[in-house]
Amino acid sequence: MSRKKLSRREFVAATALSSAALITAPYIRGAHAAGKLAIGFWDHWVPGANKTSTALVNEWAEKEKVEVQIDYITSQGNKTLLTMAAEAQARSGHDILAQATWQAHAYAELLEPVNDIMEPIIKQNGAVNDTVNYLGQAKGKWLGVPACIGSQIKGPCSRIDLMKKHANIDVQAMYPAGSPPKADNWTLDTFLKAAEACHKAGHPFGIGLGETSDSVDAAGAIFNSFGAELVDAKGNLTVKTDAVRQALEYYKKLIAFLPPDAAAWDDASNNKWLVSGRGALIMNPPSAWAVAKRDAPQVAEQCWTHGFAAGPKGRFAPYLPFFWLTWSFSKNKAAAKSLLTHLSQPSSIEKLVAASGGYDLPAYEKLTTLKTWAEEGPPKGTLYHYPNPYNHQKLSIAASPAPPKVAQQIYTQATLTKMALRYSQGEKMESTLAWAEGECEGFMRS
Amino acid sequence: MADVVFQERRVAHRPSVGKRSSLHYALKRKSTVAFLMALPLILLVALLVVYPALYSLHLATLNKSMTKFIGLGNFEFLFKRDTFWLVVKQSCIFAISAVIFKALIGFIVAHFVHNVPANKQRRWRGMLLVPWVIPPAMSTLAWLWLFDPSYSAFNYTLSFFGIGPIPWTGDAMWARFSVILVNVWYGAPFFMIMYLAALKSVPDQLYEAAAIDGANWWQRIWYVTLPMMRNIIAITTLFSLIVTFANFDIVRILTAGGPLDHTHIFATWAFRVGIEGSDIPLGASVSLFMVPILAVAAIFILRDISKRGNEA
Repeated sequence: MSRKKLSRREFVAATALSSAALITAPYIRGAHAAGKLAIGFWDHWVPGANKTSTALVNEWAEKEKVEVQIDYITSQGNKTLLTMAAEAQARSGHDILAQATWQAHAYAELLEPVNDIMEPIIKQNGAVNDTVNYLGQAKGKWLGVPACIGSQIKGPCSRIDLMKKHANIDVQAMYPAGSPPKADNWTLDTFLKAAEACHKAGHPFGIGLGETSDSVDAAGAIFNSFGAELVDAKGNLTVKTDAVRQALEYYKKLIAFLPPDAAAWDDASNNKWLVSGRGALIMNPPSAWAVAKRDAPQVAEQCWTHGFAAGPKGRFAPYLPFFWLTWSFSKNKAAAKSLLTHLSQPSSIEKLVAASGGYDLPAYEKLTTLKTWAEEGPPKGTLYHYPNPYNHQKLSIAASPAPPKVAQQIYTQATLTKMALRYSQGEKMESTLAWAEGECEGFMRS
Repeated sequence: MADVVFQERRVAHRPSVGKRSSLHYALKRKSTVAFLMALPLILLVALLVVYPALYSLHLATLNKSMTKFIGLGNFEFLFKRDTFWLVVKQSCIFAISAVIFKALIGFIVAHFVHNVPANKQRRWRGMLLVPWVIPPAMSTLAWLWLFDPSYSAFNYTLSFFGIGPIPWTGDAMWARFSVILVNVWYGAPFFMIMYLAALKSVPDQLYEAAAIDGANWWQRIWYVTLPMMRNIIAITTLFSLIVTFANFDIVRILTAGGPLDHTHIFATWAFRVGIEGSDIPLGASVSLFMVPILAVAAIFILRDISKRGNEA
């Protein structure tokens, strides 16, 4: 068998010819000409909600000729956090990753700024609330795009009948469907009296004192209502202040009317409390109501989601936004940004909100009056005030306004609920404050 | 060893044989074959244990944003934190008390099973091993429901006797008790099966001799059974101590370290700090703190075993 040897000259000539042919050849737009895009979405609680996001992505992918791969990552067992941590270490992974609250700041150095798409989106959809600004931006750079999917307000979900019967409060009259709230008297004092009355009647408010986000978010709203900050926006320790003392005093009174096992509650406990019919109020997005609609319809038709009570420094609602983040090492940033723009269009957001049964909240002020919230029921209008349509309360997150990397530690370590629990269990006020101050000092490490 | 010497001599007598034949003889050595057969496992251990261990050592020397080498700075920081010392204390309480109870229960149950007639023993062994063969993450979920703060099946049962409700996971002491209880439930069968194997290897003649000498039940245990089981007890205790110290799933599922951090152990605290708090270097440092504690325990226990081996 004869074998022809390729000389060095022949090899160079062949390489040059083929390179020239490749460069000068006409560009043919194939089925996936714009490359590939790997997406890690949050796996939605609501059955069927993932289908809508898949459909929206596919619709965009077909138009833009991009090959997409979507992974739905559950937040159960902190899988979303683990994915983010692993991808940051490997400098490889999804082009778009959905994450809640603090992760944008935690990985700020590794994220692609998205100012170029955020500015037109905000122009189109309206301004975002202060908490989204606080969590989504660093040094003037947008670290991610506020995601509609997963974002939620954890305001009160009350039992209409029990609140009326035991606390003499008509939550529907206070927050009527289709019109502005008439809740001037809905203050933390009223809230405490209602908690006491419902506790006496055997239907305590279901607010957890554990270390998971539902407990921490509720504590955050109460602390914010008193203007109680453990660390201020400049990073100064402000634990030993009158505002913090007032918040703790209030919490101590409230804890006396909460279920005795609230210290062991996790994020499922309050849902079970409402669905079982034992509680008159919980602080949660409408997922508990949605479960009740399926498992205990008689409970669901008595549920009403509304605003939180006002404190001396204003009315604050616990708010937990999600963001879509893109790594700076992503291989297809242009496509990622194009998709995020598509998902942030009002028509896309409307579909996502409808698919989630009203659970998902857009961050933009022009999109808080979609028909889903007006129509969902029973009872009809139960979610009308869920997206804060009249800007009646300030959407806030626990541990703000501390610098986000410090606030993340306060939030994760559940310092607020731990303080409330310590003080309510008999520890002296000054000891509790000293303990919290020591913790916060540690959280400052860089 | 004799085999290796023998092979070497053969090679020495045939100096004309080239490299190929020395490779051939090297491959025929038992030690070479043993090494080659163990090589896949050695590679697997290197990949899944040695590399992550070295990587975590590297991580533990970085600052929070992982941009700067800070040497032992993370450990210095941890040593000043009260919560860290609380975690050290709890890890010791958790591991030591759980291992003691697992060993005690395993020892007692092994004796019971040993005394069951041979034809029924297999059934008992199988049933008693069930907690150990169920993945702990799954069985702990069942315990979580039994301990559920609001709907505990235990409290429901106890209420018929006018007892409770007990805050199984809501009170610091009860929560510690609960996590230790579940760990003992899960780990005792391992001790039981190891002790049962050891009991079966104790020669009957020793008991017969003890009986002739008039030894009672307790003396037979103390002077015959325990000395004969000493090595297996030491090895099992060491192994269990390491596994219990490094436990994660039981505490994470049952209490997630609460209430007020009173059930956190090294692994759960490392996860809280490293993954949930996005401070991976500090999380790595917390988990590495286990190494010196376990190394000291391992040295003492293994030295004791080796001493007894030499005496024998």
